[in-house]
Amino acid sequence: MLAYLVKRVFQAIAVMFAISLIGFAIQDNLGDPLRALVGVSVSEEVRDQLRDELGLNDGFVTQYLRFLGNALHGDLGTSYFFKEPALDVILKKMPATLELVLGATLIIVGLSVPLGVYTAIKPKSILSGIIMGLSIVGISIPVFLTAILMIFVFAVNLGWFPSYGRGEVVHVFGSWDTNFASFDGLMHVLLPSVALASIMLPLFVRLIRAEMMEVLQSEYVKFAKAKGLRPMRIYFVHALKNTLLPVITVGGVQIGTMVAYTILTETVFQWPGMGFMFLEAVNRVDTPLIVAYLIVVGFIFVVTNTIVDLIYGLVNPTVNLARMGA
Amino acid sequence: MSLLSVRDLTVKFAMRDQTVTALNQISFDVRRGERLGIVGESGAGKSITGFALMNLLSQPGYIDSGHVMFGGEDIVRFSDAQMRRIRGNRMAMIFQDPMVTLNPVLTIGQQMVETLRAHRKLSRAEAEQISILKLREVYIPSPEERLEQYPHELSGGMRQRIVIAIALLLDPELIIADEPTTALDVTIQADIMDLLLELCQSNKVGLILITHDLGVVSQMTERTLVMYAGRIIEAGPTRQIINDPQHPYTQGLINALPQQTLPGHRLKQIPGNMPSPAALPAGCPFHPRCDFAVDICRRVRPEIMRFAEVEIACHEVSRLHGIPYKEESA
Ligand SMILES: Nc1ncnc2c1ncn2[C@@H]1O[C@H](COP(=O)(O)OP(=O)(O)O)[C@@H](O)[C@H]1O
Ligand SMILES: [Mg+2]
Repeated sequence: MLAYLVKRVFQAIAVMFAISLIGFAIQDNLGDPLRALVGVSVSEEVRDQLRDELGLNDGFVTQYLRFLGNALHGDLGTSYFFKEPALDVILKKMPATLELVLGATLIIVGLSVPLGVYTAIKPKSILSGIIMGLSIVGISIPVFLTAILMIFVFAVNLGWFPSYGRGEVVHVFGSWDTNFASFDGLMHVLLPSVALASIMLPLFVRLIRAEMMEVLQSEYVKFAKAKGLRPMRIYFVHALKNTLLPVITVGGVQIGTMVAYTILTETVFQWPGMGFMFLEAVNRVDTPLIVAYLIVVGFIFVVTNTIVDLIYGLVNPTVNLARMGA
Repeated sequence: MSLLSVRDLTVKFAMRDQTVTALNQISFDVRRGERLGIVGESGAGKSITGFALMNLLSQPGYIDSGHVMFGGEDIVRFSDAQMRRIRGNRMAMIFQDPMVTLNPVLTIGQQMVETLRAHRKLSRAEAEQISILKLREVYIPSPEERLEQYPHELSGGMRQRIVIAIALLLDPELIIADEPTTALDVTIQADIMDLLLELCQSNKVGLILITHDLGVVSQMTERTLVMYAGRIIEAGPTRQIINDPQHPYTQGLINALPQQTLPGHRLKQIPGNMPSPAALPAGCPFHPRCDFAVDICRRVRPEIMRFAEVEIACHEVSRLHGIPYKEESA
C-alpha cells in the first residue's frame, strides 16, 4: 500500500515538473516583463541594466531553476494587473470555481447513475430512447452555447433564474464564500452548474449504460439469476458495483477536465472564478497570472487523478495495492 | 413419479434475418435422486437445454413450445416470481468456469448469505452458520475465513467447490452441472467429479451432468442422453449406451475415446463437423458424416423410437430391429 502510494506520488511530481517547464517556457517567450515594469519611455541602457539585475540575461536553465525554486515557495510571480502575487489572486478566485465544479459534479453523480442504470436494464423502453436521444444532443452542443441558450430561456424569457454573478454568498472562512447556504446563492449556482454538467452528464449516462449492459451479460450475473435473487439485488448489488469501478477512473479524470471547461461557463455567466479571471488575464497579457493559472489547474488535475487512482485501488478488491507498488 | 419431465421442448433463437431452432422437441425424464448425463459435441444444444430447464435463456433465445414438468407443475408457464422461488432453491446450477461464475467484488460470505436469504427467513448470523457447514461439506479448509475472502484470493478448484456449496445451500432436488470441470486443471478434475458424485448420492439430489466426456458420464451417471444438432438421438441406461452404442454417432464418440485406441494409433475422430442449427441438412442431421447413410437418411428425418430400454433416432437401427421405413406413412 505504502509503496504504491509513494510510486503514485512520484508520478504526480514528475507530471508537475513537466507542467512547470511548460509554464516557464510560456513566461520566457510571452510578453516582456520590463515593459510591464517600466513602460516604453525608458532608454535601452537602463533596460539592459534592469535585465541584468532581474536575472533576465541568465541562461534558460538558471532562470528555470530560479522559477522552480520560487514556485516551490509558493511564489508564482506577481500579476501585472493586480500588482499582487499571482497565487493570491488565483486562490481568492478558486472557491467560486470549485463551487461551480461541485454543483456540476452533484448533478452528474446524482443523475448519471439512475439514468445510466435505467437505460441499461430497460434498453427498449420509450423513456430510454428519449434519454439516449437527449444525451446525443447534450454531447453535441458546445458548453458556451448551452449556457447562452439557458440564459436566454430560463433567465431572460421565463425569468426563473438570475443570469449572472454569484448572488448572495455566505462567508465560510478565509476567502471561501459559499453559494450553497442561501436560496439566492443556490438559484445563482444552478444554471451555471447545469451548463457545466451539460457535456459530462450525457457522457456519463452513456458510459454507465454501456458498462452496465456488458456486466449484465456476464457469467456472474447469470449465476446470480440462477440463485433466485431478485432483479433489484442483481442490478444494484451485483451489477452496479462492477459497473462503477471503471467509471470511477474515467469519471475522476473528467472532473479534473471540468475545471478547464469552467473558463467558458464562468465567462458566459460572469461567474467571478478563476476561469473568468484567466480569460481576463489573457486579454491583458498578464503573463505571470496566465502561467500561475496553468500551474494551479495542472496541480488540481494531478491531485484529483492521484486520489481517484488511490480510491479505485481501495474499492476494487482485485487490485492489490501492495503488489502494484512493487 | 418423475422429478423432472421434459416434453417436446423446443428452443428458438430469433436472429436478425431468421429464427433458428436450437432445441428441437426434446423429451426426457429425471427421477428423484437420479443422475442423468447429457453428452454431445460442442454446439449440440447441451447448455441451452440446461438454461431452458431453469427458464433462464437470455435474449434472443426463448422457449417456443413444450413442457418442463418439475414436481408436477409446468414451470415453462411460471411467472418470474414463481420461477425465482425455484431457482437456487429447488433447482440449482453449476457453471462451467468458476473463474467467472462468482462476482469479483463480493465476498464469498456475501454471495452465500444472499442466496440463503433470498429463499428463507434467516438472520445474517444464521445464514453464515449454514454457509460454513456447506463449505465444510465440500471440504474447504477453515471455512470461517473463506467467508471474508474475495473470489480472486482462491484457486480455480477452490472456487468451483464454493460454487458447488452454493448450489447445495438450500438442499435442492435437482442440480444442473454444465461441464463443471472443463475449465479446471486436469489434476483436480477428478476430485471435483468425485465430490459432486458423493454429495449427490449422500443428499439424494438429482443431477443433470452436461459434458462432452463419455468417460465422465460412465463414471457419474445412471442414464445418458446423446445430443446432436439440437436433438436427442440416443437415450438410455448409461451402461448400455457405453457398452453397446446403437446410433452411428454414439458409436463414433465411443470409438474416439483414448482407451479405444491402440497405442501409437491416431484417435479415431468422426470426420466432418456438426452442422449449425441455422444450416441443417435435409433428412437425418448426421447423414453427411455417417458411414451407413442410405437414400432415406438423406430425405427423411428419423423419429426417435424405443427399443426395449433405449431410444434411438436412426433409420438403420430401426431397420435392424425389423421396423423398415415405409414411404407412404411419412
Ligand atoms: N446467444 C445465442 N444466439 C444465437 N444462437 C445461439 C446462442 N447461444 C447458443 N446458440 C445456438 O445454440 C446452439 C447450441 O448451443 P449450446 O447449447 O451452447 O451448445 P453446447 O452443446 O456446446 O453447450 C449453438 O450451436 C448455437 O447455434
Ligand atoms: Mg456448453
